[in-house]
Amino acid sequence: MTADQPLVLGIETSCDETGVGLVRGTTLLADAVASSVDEHARFGGVVPEVASRAHLDAMVPTIRRACETAGVTLRDVDAIAVTAGPGLAGSLLVGVAAAKALALSLGRPIYGVNHLAAHVAVDQLQHGPLPEPTMALLVSGGHSSLLLVPDVTTDVRPLGSTIDDAAGEAFDKVARVLGLPFPGGPHIDRVAREGVVDIDFPRGLTSGRDMERHRFDFSFSGLKTAVARWVEAREASGQPVPVADVAAAFQEAVVDVLTRKALLACTEHGVDHLVIGGGVAANSRLRALAQERCDDAGVTLRVPRPGLCTDNGAMVAALGAELVSRGRVPGPLGLPADSSMPVTQVSAT
Amino acid sequence: MRLLAFDTASAAITAALHDGTTVLAEATEIGAQAHGELLAPTIDRVLRVAGVGVGDLTHLVVGVGPGPFTGLRVGLVTARVMAEALGIPAYGVCSLDAVAAEAVGSGTVDGPFAVATDARRKEVYLAAYDADGGRRTGPDVLHPGDVDPAVAAGPVVGAGAWLYPGTFADPREPRLVTGGWLATYAVRLLAAGEPLRDTAPMYLRRPDAVESAARKRVTQP
Ligand SMILES: [Zn+2]
Repeated sequence: MTADQPLVLGIETSCDETGVGLVRGTTLLADAVASSVDEHARFGGVVPEVASRAHLDAMVPTIRRACETAGVTLRDVDAIAVTAGPGLAGSLLVGVAAAKALALSLGRPIYGVNHLAAHVAVDQLQHGPLPEPTMALLVSGGHSSLLLVPDVTTDVRPLGSTIDDAAGEAFDKVARVLGLPFPGGPHIDRVAREGVVDIDFPRGLTSGRDMERHRFDFSFSGLKTAVARWVEAREASGQPVPVADVAAAFQEAVVDVLTRKALLACTEHGVDHLVIGGGVAANSRLRALAQERCDDAGVTLRVPRPGLCTDNGAMVAALGAELVSRGRVPGPLGLPADSSMPVTQVSAT
Repeated sequence: MRLLAFDTASAAITAALHDGTTVLAEATEIGAQAHGELLAPTIDRVLRVAGVGVGDLTHLVVGVGPGPFTGLRVGLVTARVMAEALGIPAYGVCSLDAVAAEAVGSGTVDGPFAVATDARRKEVYLAAYDADGGRRTGPDVLHPGDVDPAVAAGPVVGAGAWLYPGTFADPREPRLVTGGWLATYAVRLLAAGEPLRDTAPMYLRRPDAVESAARKRVTQP
């Protein structure tokens, strides 16, 4: 780390986490996150208005905590980066307004960045500069995308994405069917370790015909319904539901499709690095199977540690720092929050 | 004193700079869905017109509503973060009080009156004031039909009064908050040594959210 590398503060509020990160160059200095997840648990999913209210109240304390951890003051910050989209409109707006308030008060440039590109860029903080091109598999409660990334600051190409539920959403819904708490991902991961994979749940969009039309797309809605039907049939026959086995078989169906298509994309596009990001990247079976299949294919797997995979401010700061160091043009003070920002747009103008 | 005031609790995005004696600059944009885009450039413009650097600011004042939540939060988070970055205090003012101050100050009312703003969903935010602009009741969120008939029959300022002519017989100006009067009202309170609110929002409504019931079956029982 050298002191003349730019210090970038990143703000992330696309869903229910208020994240503020500080990055100098590619060095992570602080990653403060406040989550309103507990406030959403009784609703079984994120309630946008509850999340937005929590962002407002968490913003200044989280900025303060990030600065204290990094041992810097706001006046030391060289540029501000913020998630401009995609995400929940009301939540994005709180972060974007906060970022503009900082830019205005400190007289610093602002970069409104794409949340998905930030999920890819964050890996630089742990594993060094991103190889170009990189393949990226992003899986969370809000997205499931396969991206070809020739340049994370300017050129992100979507190869495929979910056509219905996001992978993390399927975890939440299946957890509910199995009587496990929200959010479902960590609970399914935990109980699945005690289970045996012997139920053959469907692998969405992997049939011959689908592999033509939806080669790199995903579908988890049919899988979710198949699990529910299986469980209901068991309950109807008066037999106990083998929760661990169902969780393990469901999880295997998800990670099998994710990794199979990700590796196919690497092979077909001649890319030898795969980054996995998003909250579902914390899933232990996804990590293990991806490692196995990458090893077989001669692809280098890069998965940031779980704290960097879930939504956080560090990822936004990481992409912001890369935009600054590559001399990309900052956005105007009037830049919009865009809840459906296309993945091809890395930063807002 | 270099006091910057702004409000995003209505369709107006409005900001003004006050030096303790007079309003140095003021700007208002109308854009019901664009508070997030318009506020920072509007503040920037007011500072430039007033010839005041952001580092010279001494006080921040923000309208805390009541108002539609999404736009309202843009103003509140802006005030809180600017206060943190600049190391100056941020105060809150009920947005309806600023409308009331303008009605009294500009002479559109000369006795007791009410302020009604658009709360959407066929409701209004409503507060009642005495002739000097002191708030007597409210703010509340109400269906126009539930407003006290004595209040509805008298002079009512604010966009809400103009939206429901069947309820409000005597609508008056102004219709929206203006940064200049928000600043003037806050300066007056500060000069009188009266306590100002913090920047906690006046939501008046709970979030729309339904607690999840038992899981839905996918197969018919
Ligand atoms: Zn995400």
